[in-house]
Amino acid sequence: MAITRFLFRTSIQERIVGFSHHMRDNGVTTTPLEVHSTLRLLRLIDITNIEEVRLALKSVFTNNKESFVRFNELFDSYWLNDGKQRHDHKAIDPSNKKGNLSQNFPNLFEVNSSKGTGKTDVPDDEKDGETESSGEGKLIAAKIFNKTTTDMREFVLPEDENKAAEAARRIANAIRYRWSRRRKASKKGGILDMRRIMRKSISTGGEPLKLPRKRRPDLPMHLIGLVDVSGSMQPYARVFLSFMKGLISNDMRTDAFLFHTKLMCVSDALRDNNTLRAANRLSIMAKGFGGGTKIGASLHQFSDQFMGRIFGHKTVVIIMSDGYDSGSANVLEKALSRLKKSGCKIVWLNPLLGWKNYEPVSQSIKISLPYIDCFAPCNTLQSLADLENKLELL
Amino acid sequence: MQWQVLKKSLFEHKYIATKDLAMSLHIALNLERPILLEGDAGVGKTQVAKTLADIFDTELIRLQCYEGLDSAAAIYEWNYQRQLLAIRASVDTGSNLRDIEERIFSRSYLMERPLLRAIQQQKPPVLLIDEIDRADEEFEAFLLEILSEFQITIPEIGTISAISKPMVVLTANGTRTLSDALRRRCIYNFIPYPDRETELSILERQCPEIGVELATQIVSFVQSLRKEDLEKKPGIAEMLDWAAALSGLGINDITSDPEALQSSLVCLLKTQSDQYSIPTLVSQKLASGNS
Repeated sequence: MAITRFLFRTSIQERIVGFSHHMRDNGVTTTPLEVHSTLRLLRLIDITNIEEVRLALKSVFTNNKESFVRFNELFDSYWLNDGKQRHDHKAIDPSNKKGNLSQNFPNLFEVNSSKGTGKTDVPDDEKDGETESSGEGKLIAAKIFNKTTTDMREFVLPEDENKAAEAARRIANAIRYRWSRRRKASKKGGILDMRRIMRKSISTGGEPLKLPRKRRPDLPMHLIGLVDVSGSMQPYARVFLSFMKGLISNDMRTDAFLFHTKLMCVSDALRDNNTLRAANRLSIMAKGFGGGTKIGASLHQFSDQFMGRIFGHKTVVIIMSDGYDSGSANVLEKALSRLKKSGCKIVWLNPLLGWKNYEPVSQSIKISLPYIDCFAPCNTLQSLADLENKLELL
Repeated sequence: MQWQVLKKSLFEHKYIATKDLAMSLHIALNLERPILLEGDAGVGKTQVAKTLADIFDTELIRLQCYEGLDSAAAIYEWNYQRQLLAIRASVDTGSNLRDIEERIFSRSYLMERPLLRAIQQQKPPVLLIDEIDRADEEFEAFLLEILSEFQITIPEIGTISAISKPMVVLTANGTRTLSDALRRRCIYNFIPYPDRETELSILERQCPEIGVELATQIVSFVQSLRKEDLEKKPGIAEMLDWAAALSGLGINDITSDPEALQSSLVCLLKTQSDQYSIPTLVSQKLASGNS
């Protein structure tokens, strides 16, 4: 019999509720419905067989690919004495696609096994191509201390950061609103609204005298933000995150990703109203800070996993990065061309572009320029505000 | 039915399911909940629904989702031509307006679309809602009522409850974020590309005429091809097509004829750049490296 971590006996109901809480603490959305389903399904399986229970709970408690892949670890940490309690969100790792599906059964009984522990995302330590955080290239408008035109690196005080974040949120709201304005009923619509015609024609004895029309609403733009959170971007990362949060907080048609050497979807985390939990979910940032950047590889991963979604949609991909890439430039070019082929618009926001005397000479930027529809500075809040006009032209 | 039994009957109907999948299906069927299957294109998500319909010998009702799919195409539509005629006819006979309205918005003027049809069957059908991530969010919201309550509300008639609860299979490519509301109503399973043994048994089950040696070669080749950097990785259907093509060409050993091998790769590589990225040399290496 497997040795569980519990010291005292209690009812199955309590255990399942506890497991539900455990899953929730680890970022998997669970509701009483899952608990209810679990209690019903326990009658359908052999509950003395740990593997059957594992498979059954997996079906009920997971609801997306990430939780599906992480499930075995979470299961072990709750039910078995594995010495693990809480896990951080991990980056999406394509090499880890199969997850722990093949984890073999007998291992479950090893009480003090250390499997699965200590698996952290280690960013590579290459410092090549990283910018100095105290560069010579000083910002243009730094002389006048004005929150909208000061380089965002200057914002170190929490209240300043809050103001910046608030401003960014307003701008983001403005952009999103413009895209998502929807119209449904339209006098000039191309399609006859048969249902309303019928209704109206009853009163005129079956003669359809009034012809109400309808039109498919305009498709709002699908905005995808990719924020570089590597060491060189550290001073800007918090403000950009606030920008992303404003962008996606109310609209399902936007997504946010963070990348350094890996890519991670943070849409759900940013939509989370609970700041503490959201911060916890964004723990990848801490792991990536100070490391190198692999823009090409990250974009590749993005195309691999999200190409299907982009295809056939009006999509704008906003990349926020300084373009210092520790990966190969060829990979970046290939990734960008692939992204471009899918028909989306690519906007590259580069904080360095706002610096005096900055020339886009780094190899990765030179290679990417042909694929970029809009290359703009984003080191000041004013430049973010100007972005709205530029996006309009796309 | 135990989950092992379900796994076995899936096998008998030529579907090789993993333990995960068999358990999820077992639970979904018993709890009468929809099952949401995610995974790359070509891993056999749609086939699950078809096989379930075979196993339970019931109708498969399929709703292919697309951008702009609305309730008129998915749930129901009024038969406008008949309604028009009915109004004209009743006006001539002098019926009053209320009667006309009641008549033309009755069940006999309703055209059932897949979702309504699925809950109107005597024998529970399999309802396949294919590629739900292609439909827009509004449609997802439509689905919520149907999937949780198995009922459909038509303003003119009222709420129609299910005669029998269909077995609902939703598929998605795991690309667009589906709403949490939809996800939590479903039993979830992610189907990865099959491992070597599973794929081999799929091939043996589907194409028994292919010899063991060639089958092993085919599976090894496709498995290593998936590790290459391709835009569209070959799925199971492509693998089966390729196997059929090879056996049709009379090839018994994929290392024997590099030219034929290369030209047969059109079954596996579906974009121009993928075809460029696997030249003869590479395909030879993949073929010989694993034989």
